[in-house]
Amino acid sequence: MKPAPSIIGFTTASGLGYGMLFVLALGALIGVIPTERWLRVSGLLLALGSISAGLLSSTLHLGHPERAWRALSQWRSSWLSREGVLALFTYVPALLLAAGWIIDESLSGIYAVSAITAALGAAATVYCTGMIYASLPPIKAWHQPLTAPIYLAFALMTGALAVHFLLVLFGAPHLFIGLLALLAIVGAFVMKILYWRKLENQRSHGPTTASATGLSSSGLVRMLDPPHTQTNYLLDEMGFRIGRKHAHVLKFLAYLFGLVAPLILTLMALALDTMPTTLLALVAFLSGMVGVVLERWLFFAEAEHTVMLFYAGQHVTSKPKTSAAPAKSAPSPHPKRRRAPLPRRRQAIETADVAASD
Amino acid sequence: MTSWPKQPPAKRLGLVIDLDICVGCHACVVNCKEWNTGGYPAPLSDQEPYGASARGAWLNRVHSYEVSDGEVEDGAGGRTVHFPKSCLHCENAHCVTVCPTGASYKREEDGIVLVDEEKCIGCGLCAWACPYGARELDGAEGVMKKCTLCIDRIYNETFSPVEQEPACVATCPARARHFGDFADPNSAVSRLTEERGGYDLMAEMGYRPTNKYLPPRSAKPINDGIGAPDALTPVAEGGFLGWLDRVLTDLSKGPS
Repeated sequence: MKPAPSIIGFTTASGLGYGMLFVLALGALIGVIPTERWLRVSGLLLALGSISAGLLSSTLHLGHPERAWRALSQWRSSWLSREGVLALFTYVPALLLAAGWIIDESLSGIYAVSAITAALGAAATVYCTGMIYASLPPIKAWHQPLTAPIYLAFALMTGALAVHFLLVLFGAPHLFIGLLALLAIVGAFVMKILYWRKLENQRSHGPTTASATGLSSSGLVRMLDPPHTQTNYLLDEMGFRIGRKHAHVLKFLAYLFGLVAPLILTLMALALDTMPTTLLALVAFLSGMVGVVLERWLFFAEAEHTVMLFYAGQHVTSKPKTSAAPAKSAPSPHPKRRRAPLPRRRQAIETADVAASD
Repeated sequence: MTSWPKQPPAKRLGLVIDLDICVGCHACVVNCKEWNTGGYPAPLSDQEPYGASARGAWLNRVHSYEVSDGEVEDGAGGRTVHFPKSCLHCENAHCVTVCPTGASYKREEDGIVLVDEEKCIGCGLCAWACPYGARELDGAEGVMKKCTLCIDRIYNETFSPVEQEPACVATCPARARHFGDFADPNSAVSRLTEERGGYDLMAEMGYRPTNKYLPPRSAKPINDGIGAPDALTPVAEGGFLGWLDRVLTDLSKGPS
């Protein structure tokens, strides 16, 4: 799938914002965020700014951004619509909370309710973001139970790292927030490693051109002539494969920036209590963000869509598990000989295919 | 409303595509484009149609495949199959449920899946939700386009009854495409599907497509029954030509 910058920007920025909102609101409620007014208000404003920037970025890839309000109507069936509704709804308790913190730093009555509602709204919105992808059967990499929890975990991780930095900056670090950040980093990457493992398994077990077209229950189906001579919307949107070539290097960098660096830097920031802790916490947060952007880029670039099966041919050696096609070829009466592959033409087709999709 | 119809539609209109006799002429592709560029509120646009990188929104595409069953006799097993692909008007159409605006919908009366272009925001999520690649975003209009089953032909009372079928079906010179109601077990399309073992594309995805594909009939070996020899062998045995054959054969062996 094409890793559109607007969607990567949206999911990472809104994830950060909702993560911060969640940590700030609940943290204040249980008393691990100090009552320092400007700390809380600047934290909330940063969170809301990040969310708003993300939401605006998400409208950039629309064909008709001026009709975006219509996307609030189909919450009964569409996760994208649910995400929009919850995103807008969450502004209400978040702004109420900000007002409360500006006025009297109190967290009683309506402000406590606002804090809980804002945290729940933030979590639910990120869950919907994950479910948009998890609910698409043609993209097998995403259509699995880990997708939405991973979105939640990375939102919590970046949010906690940001709040931890803010606390250190205002000279009021709290061990709880630091530990939360560490826990979220480890949790997110444990799930992501399981996700990447699953992807490896899927590669060898998915549907094939033969099973997708139903043209052969066990055999060779490959593209002879493409349906169009130039690229089209489908190839641009779903035929992306530049990233797969560098997936290993990018994965390594995602681990380095997202997992190793923030983990060590946050630990150091917690252990030390001299001046460089602010810098350590800042670099830990920024490095975590770079790691999450890399992870999100791979999330799209590595995912394969079933429509590409109609464009690429491959030799299937094992019989696909499920096939809609009835077995139709009568066995040949002659002694069988394996057909020689057609290396030159095969290569030509694949080259044309890659050129078209890149 | 982007939920599926609560009741199964009274009619299930769709296509039968006969892979045995499709000749891959792309007439259905062209006539679809021709009819639907006028049938939509906005034309089915192309970008740089006469330039070096022409592209555009098309609702029907014909792929061509080389098919064999792996182990075959040389020259006898491989065959070309032309494979037209357009919207299959699925019963469990996820392209409809993922739509956030209600632009995508499945009609209660006949099961046709349509896009209301006035409501579409062009987010592209429905195209992602379609396993078959049936939807393409219009590069000029910024809205999603898809096969309408030529809803403006099949219900057009100003047309004579024989013309009240989709443009792709009407134009097919090989009659490889058939249009009808799958809810009626006695309709031509239902009987064709029954007789020829029509199948669903990627049934395991659970989309329950309405359109059915008829598999190619099993091919007979090329040499069967026409009396052709297996290979061309020399027939000159006597006379001048026979002598020449021997001389040339000896010469080609070289001095020994």
